[in-house]
Amino acid sequence: MKKTLFDKVWDNHVVETVKNGPQILYIDKHLIHEVTSPQAFAELGQRNIPVFRPDQIVATADHNVPTQHQHLPIKDALSKNQVEMLTNNCKKHGITLYGLGHENQGIVHVIAPELGITQPGMTIVCGDSHTSTHGAFGSIAFGIGTSQVAQVFASQCLLLSKPKSMRITVNGTLKNGVLAKDVILYIISKLGTNSGTGYFVEYAGDVFESMSMEGRMTVCNMSIEMGARGGMIAPDEITFEYVKDREFAPKGNDFEEKIAYWKTLTTDEGAKFDKEYYFNAEEIEPMITYGTNPGMGIKINETIPQSNDASFEKSLKYMGFNKGESLVGKQINYVFIGSCTNSRIEDFRIAANYIKGKKKAVNVNALIVPGSQRVAKQIEAEGLKNIFETAGFELRQPGCSACLGMNEDKIPSGEYCVSTSNRNFEGRQGQGARTILASPLIAAATAVEGKLIDITTQLN
Amino acid sequence: MEKFITLNSKAVPLPIENIDTDQIIPARFLKATDKIGFGNNLFKDWRFKKDGTINDSFVLNHKKFKGAILIAGNNFGCGSSREHAAWALKDYGFKVVVSSYFADIFKGNALNNGLLPVQISPEFLKLLLEIIHINPETEITVDIEKQLISINGSTAIESFEIDSYKKYCLMNGYDDIDFLINKKERIEAFEKKLA
Repeated sequence: MKKTLFDKVWDNHVVETVKNGPQILYIDKHLIHEVTSPQAFAELGQRNIPVFRPDQIVATADHNVPTQHQHLPIKDALSKNQVEMLTNNCKKHGITLYGLGHENQGIVHVIAPELGITQPGMTIVCGDSHTSTHGAFGSIAFGIGTSQVAQVFASQCLLLSKPKSMRITVNGTLKNGVLAKDVILYIISKLGTNSGTGYFVEYAGDVFESMSMEGRMTVCNMSIEMGARGGMIAPDEITFEYVKDREFAPKGNDFEEKIAYWKTLTTDEGAKFDKEYYFNAEEIEPMITYGTNPGMGIKINETIPQSNDASFEKSLKYMGFNKGESLVGKQINYVFIGSCTNSRIEDFRIAANYIKGKKKAVNVNALIVPGSQRVAKQIEAEGLKNIFETAGFELRQPGCSACLGMNEDKIPSGEYCVSTSNRNFEGRQGQGARTILASPLIAAATAVEGKLIDITTQLN
Repeated sequence: MEKFITLNSKAVPLPIENIDTDQIIPARFLKATDKIGFGNNLFKDWRFKKDGTINDSFVLNHKKFKGAILIAGNNFGCGSSREHAAWALKDYGFKVVVSSYFADIFKGNALNNGLLPVQISPEFLKLLLEIIHINPETEITVDIEKQLISINGSTAIESFEIDSYKKYCLMNGYDDIDFLINKKERIEAFEKKLA
């Protein structure tokens, strides 16, 4: 029987199939953070159940942390309580915690790959929908709710029905200035926000095969924005090279043995998918969103489409945009480069490369938030810090920051923010804030110009 | 978990598509460490204006609409995995959410909290919304055992799907943790095989 990459990893982790019901899926790695774990720990406490496999859990504080003065106590009492509760729970149950002040702290979906915790062929879960990020390594990784966090604590397993399979193939060569973020925003704009519901996606073709691990993570990260629980890319030499020598990666002979196994993790020729889509790389341009879900995207030089749908009109009203309007030239006062989608070193290299020798526009507040302490160190070591600060950008400490309007970093009501994050929902970056999703390149250019520009005119 | 039995109730119509969990419960209310009281902040930024006053134009603030059934537009619950969305709906008093499509994670979270997601055809959804707008007193019956949703006082009825295991759990008040900890030996044997 011909198998897909997803089938191979899934079938390897099935403990048992319940008659006429779900399957018991074994979870290799469980990542936790302060926001979606406290109620799960409480659930265990109420039932008097221990954590079954504490060694397979890694914790960090990211959603609810400030991005400045991290050495000081957290000012917000509720946030402080939540972070302290994570610390206490980890201590009590013997779970490794990379909390504030630790050199490994950062956004959960940035630190696990950079520490080599994320490896091909694994099953990885976290109480966060962007866990799909880790699929970039050819692992099955997906977000779970807090009840499921408690289930994994209790049994290192989940009860799940196997999702359907979808393959998205993008062949050809991307144009200059078209980044991984543009590829995924383009795909979602074509397929819509619920096209992936009930599916697990495999990304295939020239574009993903030649993409860096950082780019692959950006793509897989946003799988959930089309409704798919996760997305994955077959591991290859680029993957092995990235994993090699990382702190928790297998070493020496173990690594060689693992590679031999990882090389088998490809979709068999002739394996059937429930759905397939094909796109040409040459069709993709730098993208921006104009509405309040990630499917509402256009090429930077296109105009907002026409539609009389009530939800569409509600969305444009919130954004303060009109049908048929071009967004080029629109004044933007906030720029955010960060989040689990785009806060890895490559993202900051792209931004810095554009910013170098330029200044941010006076009207712009530009926030640069590294995904982890390690990325922050690398930004400094590579001289990017100097570029950002000379240009007037504010370089912060690692965390989820302005992606989700939870911690101190929020965009004021009514203001537009060109953001490298993943969601442009109403109020996502703060009550009344208006988010325009884009790549780090468009974000950097917007900060320099003080308005959205047609970046393609600078690239050709 | 509370057992789910047949529900007879009036319904609240919310015909907006792609309602994401950030709307159901904004992130700034996720700082709690228990599951209590999220209902107060359900749809916070739609129920209340920026100055904190009640937004009279939002359906949950219309006195004529009430009940334990929420009828929502396509693709309900997309976005963040926050289970707080299910807790907020349940805490507010909803026991059933009806839509033509549910996002995966939300659906799982709802089921794990005794909140029944009922997925129906777009045509039946349209009919339900129309009838409730004409007569907000209309009662809807959701029968989990027969997997049927019907509009009282009319012949309109539709069946809905639910995983048989999840149906059993809901009707008996069981949850996945109970099930999984009883499988410990199987899981340990599986781990030995992996090693």
